[in-house]
Amino acid sequence: MKFSDFICREAIRTNLEADEKRAVIQAMAKSLAEAKKINEKDFESIVEAILKREELGSTGIGRGVAVPHTKHPSIDKLIGTVAVSESGVNFDSLDGEKVHLLFLLVSPPDRPGDHLRALENISRQLRDDTFCRFLKQSKKPEDVWQLLEEADNNQFSS
Amino acid sequence: MQTSPISRVITIQNEQGLHARPAEMFVRLAKQYESRICLLRNDRRVEATSIIDLLTLGAAQGTQLTLEADGPDAQEAVDALAKLVENGFPQEDAEID
Repeated sequence: MKFSDFICREAIRTNLEADEKRAVIQAMAKSLAEAKKINEKDFESIVEAILKREELGSTGIGRGVAVPHTKHPSIDKLIGTVAVSESGVNFDSLDGEKVHLLFLLVSPPDRPGDHLRALENISRQLRDDTFCRFLKQSKKPEDVWQLLEEADNNQFSS
Repeated sequence: MQTSPISRVITIQNEQGLHARPAEMFVRLAKQYESRICLLRNDRRVEATSIIDLLTLGAAQGTQLTLEADGPDAQEAVDALAKLVENGFPQEDAEID
């Protein structure tokens, strides 16, 4: 699975102003609603479901990266977006580090395989230090998209 | 005391596979042991103490992985981690996630 298969280009955000978990997740879900990838009326319930999932255990996976996510019945195809926070977000990650890069995923309830493949793709690409660093340094959504495209074209992963 | 590495083949049991939450549970447990612990899928080997590394395995339900531990508490580590996986990560396939 490639980034371009599930990341919504129009919903990518950089220079994230929000600096706590709830506000960041709201901002990212809002960007998906603005891009018409989730319905406005489902916005609140998606945000709450993602926060409920975080209560079970942080989705901070290390390296300053988090993958907040949920399933939602209103979704028929896995959709995601990326946000970059320069100052970092306290995400209660297992390694104690602040999160600077977030991949938010919303998937249909009956497709665990797609979600797993998206996580596999994200984690494999982020193991490349250069890719991970460049993403975190991105100042414009367009820069993020370009990096994701380069990763899709195997310009980073070994 | 000289020890030799312990390894065991384990199968992912839970329906959702080795996604973020199980990976976190696995890492949390693996970090309690002194031994160096790795997971292998075919010839790909990753450190069992990194969530990102575990997620790169993309291990769905039914996937066979080899669990390896090397160190003074290798046997205990393999026993405990194998149990976690074979029991399908208790509490994880709840209504959420």
